[in-house]
Amino acid sequence: MSHQSTYTPGNAFSRWMDERLPVMRLVNDSFVDYPVPKNLNYWWTFGAVLSFCLAVQIVTGIVLAMHYVPTTELAFASVEHIMRDVNYGWLIRYVHSNGASMFFIAVYIHMFRGLYYGSYKAPREVLWILGVLIYLLMMATAFFGYVLPWGQMSFWGATVITNLFGAIPLVGEALRTWLWGDFAVGDPTLNRFFSLHYLFPFLIAGVVVLHIWALHVTGQNNPAGIEVKDPKKDTVAFTPYATMKDAFGLAIFMILFSYFVFFNPNALGEPDNYIVADPLVTPAHIVPEWYLLPFYAILRAVPDKLGGVVLMFGAIAILFVLPWLDTSKVRSARFRPLFKQFFWIFVVACIGLGYCGGQSPDKILIAVGDGGFDVTDLSRILTIYYFAHFLILFPLLGLIEKPKPLPESIAASVLGSEPAKS
Amino acid sequence: MKNKMIDISRKTGLLALAAAAAIGLPLLATPAGAAGDAVKPIQLDWSFEGVFGVYDRDALRRGYKVYKEVCAVCHSAELVRFRNLMEPGGPEFTEGQVKALAADIVVVDGPDDRGEMFERPGEPKDRFPSPYPNDQAAAAAMGAAAPDLSVIAKARPDGVNYLYSLLVGYTDAPEGFELLPGLSYNTYFPGHVLAMPRPLSDGQVEYEDGTPNTVEQMAKDVTHFLMWTAEPKLEQRHRLGFQVMIYLVLLSGFLWFAMRKVWSDQH
Amino acid sequence: MAQTHAVEPTRRDFLYVATGSFAAVGAAFAVWPLIDQMNPDASVLALASIEVDISSIPEGQESTFKWRGKPVFIRHRTDAEIAAAEADDAAALPDPESDSARLRPGPSGELEKKWLVVIGVCTHLGCVPLSYRGEYDGYFCPCHGSVYDTSGRIRKGPAPTNLEVPPYEFVSDSRILIG
Repeated sequence: MSHQSTYTPGNAFSRWMDERLPVMRLVNDSFVDYPVPKNLNYWWTFGAVLSFCLAVQIVTGIVLAMHYVPTTELAFASVEHIMRDVNYGWLIRYVHSNGASMFFIAVYIHMFRGLYYGSYKAPREVLWILGVLIYLLMMATAFFGYVLPWGQMSFWGATVITNLFGAIPLVGEALRTWLWGDFAVGDPTLNRFFSLHYLFPFLIAGVVVLHIWALHVTGQNNPAGIEVKDPKKDTVAFTPYATMKDAFGLAIFMILFSYFVFFNPNALGEPDNYIVADPLVTPAHIVPEWYLLPFYAILRAVPDKLGGVVLMFGAIAILFVLPWLDTSKVRSARFRPLFKQFFWIFVVACIGLGYCGGQSPDKILIAVGDGGFDVTDLSRILTIYYFAHFLILFPLLGLIEKPKPLPESIAASVLGSEPAKS
Repeated sequence: MKNKMIDISRKTGLLALAAAAAIGLPLLATPAGAAGDAVKPIQLDWSFEGVFGVYDRDALRRGYKVYKEVCAVCHSAELVRFRNLMEPGGPEFTEGQVKALAADIVVVDGPDDRGEMFERPGEPKDRFPSPYPNDQAAAAAMGAAAPDLSVIAKARPDGVNYLYSLLVGYTDAPEGFELLPGLSYNTYFPGHVLAMPRPLSDGQVEYEDGTPNTVEQMAKDVTHFLMWTAEPKLEQRHRLGFQVMIYLVLLSGFLWFAMRKVWSDQH
Repeated sequence: MAQTHAVEPTRRDFLYVATGSFAAVGAAFAVWPLIDQMNPDASVLALASIEVDISSIPEGQESTFKWRGKPVFIRHRTDAEIAAAEADDAAALPDPESDSARLRPGPSGELEKKWLVVIGVCTHLGCVPLSYRGEYDGYFCPCHGSVYDTSGRIRKGPAPTNLEVPPYEFVSDSRILIG
């Protein structure tokens, strides 16, 4: 859907500028005249929501860094100084801490949307891979950030995650010590995590530029999952059509965001992180932030240390090769009855893994005699399903499934020839 | 018409998702709770809960008195400064009262121009005094250092209800329960056995405003106070939050109609 | 794909303008906390004061104390210095101010002419002037050559105003409270 530039400089200055640095042409072609499929639904507004989240995190983060002190002595107190003394510090800090959760809500919706509508398939493989890379960088950034307040969860989260690297054969121990810069998580660790936490968002922003670039080369996928045939009939201009829809979606999202910031700012955090880090006492129940719980469940599902680590990283790594695991030519789940059912089972499995990650592993779910079916058992089943979904069902479904007939064109699907139930 | 229906069902889908996120995520984020036999705390209604929640000034002032006369004997609250007591959204003592309260303590300051540390009366800028110079000294004196109370109301699951329940939850150990000397039994403490002896008894703290000084009342007041020390900007947060919500709802309305107008030539 | 929406500048345009303005106002309000956070915070505003023992400063000498991050010069003036300062009340001063207006009364209520208390920050560009230097044996700023007299008044050079006198009072004959 890459298209001819339609930009015509309006006045003498823009003409002059256009011959030297055609930045207005770029903006115009990317965000004004850029054609988008006219059948995009609200699930497609999360790209804009995510851009907003990144901007909010960077701006509030830069502000917080003006007041935060990355030493083990002062980190906790400096965060509380922000909360108590800095003008609007409480607001900025709560926006930043809840913003991380909001960012992940949006990215999960964005990713599941991509899975549902087959947005990862040719010709959008690189677009998808860049997206997974962003997600990976987001998790790293969030992890570094969570360490900074230097509460109990910060410290023990950092300890547990860095110890994962100790599981790597031969170099594990050395790598772990190198990450710490000490014999345990301490001052050097905190200071470097602060530095990296400041750096990574800009890496994300860089990959986001590539992500959008790739998007604009292939054009958006759409709920019908078919390519644009006649741009005149099938597409609308990005501005004002998509921008207005994005703005509305964003406003609704901001209401949810504000609810957490103003009325429930600690709901998504752990009470233990309001206890200053104590290297001598581990909290009774340590859990990562909610957005990492599914991976934590996979980690704990495996009885072997190295195996758990491999499987946990494998759960993310597998996303990189999705485009080549799916054998179906049809993109959208709307026209793939079997795939659609398994999609929802997958969603439930992921939420189930999230649940398991938040519970103690020996919690009995269904009592049978003395023991029974506990959280570890459930997370094992769900972990197996997670991998089976991609490694077995993805190749298999494309071969055995009989897709529904695809609509003629995007314009035709908008006019109502699509199935009512989606 | 059919399209509209789809449109609406999708929208309600999104709304449902948002609602689910608002309700579900906190549940997901809440851990199973401390392992073992934790008892669900007594649930009270607090004036600071809810969208319009504000602190009860009288409760905060009484709570401060309980804190000062009871808790502060063993606990610190290092993040709180005397000047906070006169800031809006708190107990809102007058400047004169705060200066007098601060002047009651002795602060070691310095070094002076001769390089010596010296003692001076407290000022509003000073922190609440700590009963021990450091954790080691506290542990040596009490067996274990008592936790700092500044943000304790946010540092425990179901914070305020838990603190209240803990303060009123001291009972005799059940029949046959081995309790080591120096330890106490509490219904609501995870594991039931804790080092802190029962801190409150009826009539312990004189209330100037005539409120009955029962254990329950004092526990409630001091918990109220500790919520304020943990969240001193709560009132500002609620007020600004309400304004932001009104604004966002209006903005969403505007955007909705503007978007319908923009799209009106496409359907 | 350029879509032009000409025609009817009526209800439609009003809606767009209203929506745009409403969003812009909200954005402007949202920016304020990000700006205000750089202003002095509550702990800075909880103004610090210092109490200084001046009995150890001999006549003809000066001590420097740190108050709110800046140096404060407390000079025990000699009779000659006092006389010079008072004599110059009549001189052509760039920033006219009498010597007595720059002093404070002691516990007895009488003006303490012996004690000059000024903030040791050149009013030009903020350097710390050197004491007992310059033409008037007051202060000389090494950065750009401003010259102050024994009352801390600007006499020569680029500085526009006299050295600032901080708020202070005598607690006793030997102690003053600055701030």
